[in-house]
Amino acid sequence: MNRTWKKAIGITAVAVMGLTGLAACGNSGSDNSEGRVYFLNFKPEAADQWKALAEKYTKEKGVKVEVQTAASGTYEQTLKSEMAKSNAPTIFQVNGPVGLATWKDYTADMSDTEMYKQLKNQDIALKDDSKVVGIPYVMETYGIIYNKDIVDKYTKLPDAKVKSAEEIDSYDKLKAVADDMQKHAKELGIEGAFTSAGFDSSSDWRFKTHLANIPLYYEFKADNITEQPETIKGTYLKNFKNIFDMYITDSTTDRTALSSKTGDDANSEFALGKAAFYQNGTWAWSDLQKAGMNADQLGMLPIYAGVDDATEGLATGSENYLCINAKASEADQKASKDFLNWVITSDTGIKALSEDMGFTTPFKTFDKVTSENPLVTAAVEDSNSGKTQVTWNFTMMPSEEWKNQLGQAMLAYAQGTGDWDAVEKAFVDNWKTEYDASH
Amino acid sequence: MISMAGKAIRKWWALFVLPTFVAFIIGFIVPFVYGVYLSFCKFTTVTDAKFVGFSNYAKAIKDPVFLHSLLFSTLLTIVTTIIINVIAFAVAYMLTKAIKGSNVFRSVFFLPNLIGGIILGYIWLLLLNGVLAHWSKSLTFDAKYGFWGLVILVCWQQIGYMMIIYIAGMQSLPTDVLEAASVDGANSRQTMFRVIIPLMMPSITVCSFLTVTNGFKLYDQNLALTAGNPMKMSEGLALNITNTFYARTGFEGVGQAKAVLFFILVAVVALLQNKLTTSKEVAA
Repeated sequence: MNRTWKKAIGITAVAVMGLTGLAACGNSGSDNSEGRVYFLNFKPEAADQWKALAEKYTKEKGVKVEVQTAASGTYEQTLKSEMAKSNAPTIFQVNGPVGLATWKDYTADMSDTEMYKQLKNQDIALKDDSKVVGIPYVMETYGIIYNKDIVDKYTKLPDAKVKSAEEIDSYDKLKAVADDMQKHAKELGIEGAFTSAGFDSSSDWRFKTHLANIPLYYEFKADNITEQPETIKGTYLKNFKNIFDMYITDSTTDRTALSSKTGDDANSEFALGKAAFYQNGTWAWSDLQKAGMNADQLGMLPIYAGVDDATEGLATGSENYLCINAKASEADQKASKDFLNWVITSDTGIKALSEDMGFTTPFKTFDKVTSENPLVTAAVEDSNSGKTQVTWNFTMMPSEEWKNQLGQAMLAYAQGTGDWDAVEKAFVDNWKTEYDASH
Repeated sequence: MISMAGKAIRKWWALFVLPTFVAFIIGFIVPFVYGVYLSFCKFTTVTDAKFVGFSNYAKAIKDPVFLHSLLFSTLLTIVTTIIINVIAFAVAYMLTKAIKGSNVFRSVFFLPNLIGGIILGYIWLLLLNGVLAHWSKSLTFDAKYGFWGLVILVCWQQIGYMMIIYIAGMQSLPTDVLEAASVDGANSRQTMFRVIIPLMMPSITVCSFLTVTNGFKLYDQNLALTAGNPMKMSEGLALNITNTFYARTGFEGVGQAKAVLFFILVAVVALLQNKLTTSKEVAA
């Protein structure tokens, strides 16, 4: 082989190496005119079901649909890095008005979509002035889930405070029952009235977000507040403390061990009958079912705050708003809208959402669907009973940071390394701080 | 003497350097420069940024949590650098003596280093929580627990690696100097401090450089072990930066500014440390 050959081969080899390296950085997305759908899903409990549904859509329509799910508690983080890529998500979720503020520039008008048209109540859609930008696709309800078997067993005790679960209709009753159950834990075969109030990130949202919604709800109701206020007063923090105290004293777990308890811990304690009460929502059913519980074992109580217990219902709302990425190409946006339309109108889509994922949706197309989820049944019964549904005001909480600081203060209070004043501060003073930081 | 290969390399070096150089530019220089630029911007995703000047830096310096994490990282670095280097040196010294099965011991000490930080973090989380469960506590109960937990983890992981470097250094110690020392009647302590340690300074430079920078850059282990809980009191610098960038809306630029400050800090500390230890190096 002569020298020129060697040189030529050398140069080609180097060029090929360089080019393949560069090609990997380039746009590897398909350029077909059909468009591309990439949905970044917020709900880890429905990750597999979404993937399956996307595959069915691809089989039926030939359009490629990619579904990625962010790990619990990392949605904003994942979305931020995904959005910066050339293959950005075409469908993404925001959690309400506060989440929308971050992603406003990325939201497309959805008023022409079937999803918007099929909403039973179009007022619940998320709007940026008059532009429809987010459609809630799951309505969820949370409260205190209870194990009917254990409560029945308790009511049969000679000195039981109530004779049936229906009699638990106020904070005082609930507290009396929980305290008494804790006392009779051995006879009932439980370890505590409530599951562990874990502050691992897989569980702390139950308190820093969902439980904290209760005092916010009553305050906003009393002051007629409907939009995110600049400051709050913390009028009902006393009630908040009462409930939280009950969670951590009548519990399966020592308060000093709460910091590392996970959502799975609470779930399995409840499913294995070690606790009678479990604050969580309709979405918990699939996990409880997997852990071996039956539908007829479960009921749900409102989180009685001791303010207006007679009319307090379960907490119902949505923090799952679907948005279309306005910065995606026209074809991609169109493909995404088509996919979403199919999801809520086709039989396959309806079945997947209602049965496989167990969601309650706000769409007319789902009217004929009945749910197997006993928690959804409880929620429907509750809303038909004439009680006032507690709304989801936590979507107005000023930032994730606010929630995190509240959660950490609650944990410090629970394990005895901090005091309640710090919680009040994190709740009231920090609201203003975080509001200012984002406005 | 210049061989054929040497000639070819002189003529063609640029071509052979090119692939790595391109990779270095794409993977390091560009992101770095872009990162510095972003630290002066307000942005949500890195692709659309608006220039805002030094306000991000002002916010970063005023953040008490950032300052606390600086303190936390500094303490952690000091403690781990001392413990790791002392123990690694001692273990290396032991294993260069004729001990039966010293190869097996070397492998055993080195193995933890092959496990990724996240996995190590979770393993130690389980272990330490299991122990603390006796007192109904857990690792995130108090920042002190998290701190010492991290110290244990980091030492366990890095001692083996530093040990290998020290062993290599010890094996190349000139034996004539050691013999001369013993002939002259130096006792074992004098041999250690007057002969071995001065001759080992190059290895000590390398190891202390690695442990100092690793201490500041610690991320995976921090994330897996405590994730900064409780109250962000066990949050190191690297973790604080990611949390600022990702977890707070509107604080992306501040996170970026912190990252630039972090880079300057680590660079300065590493250079100082390098200067300090190299100045102690001697020739045999």
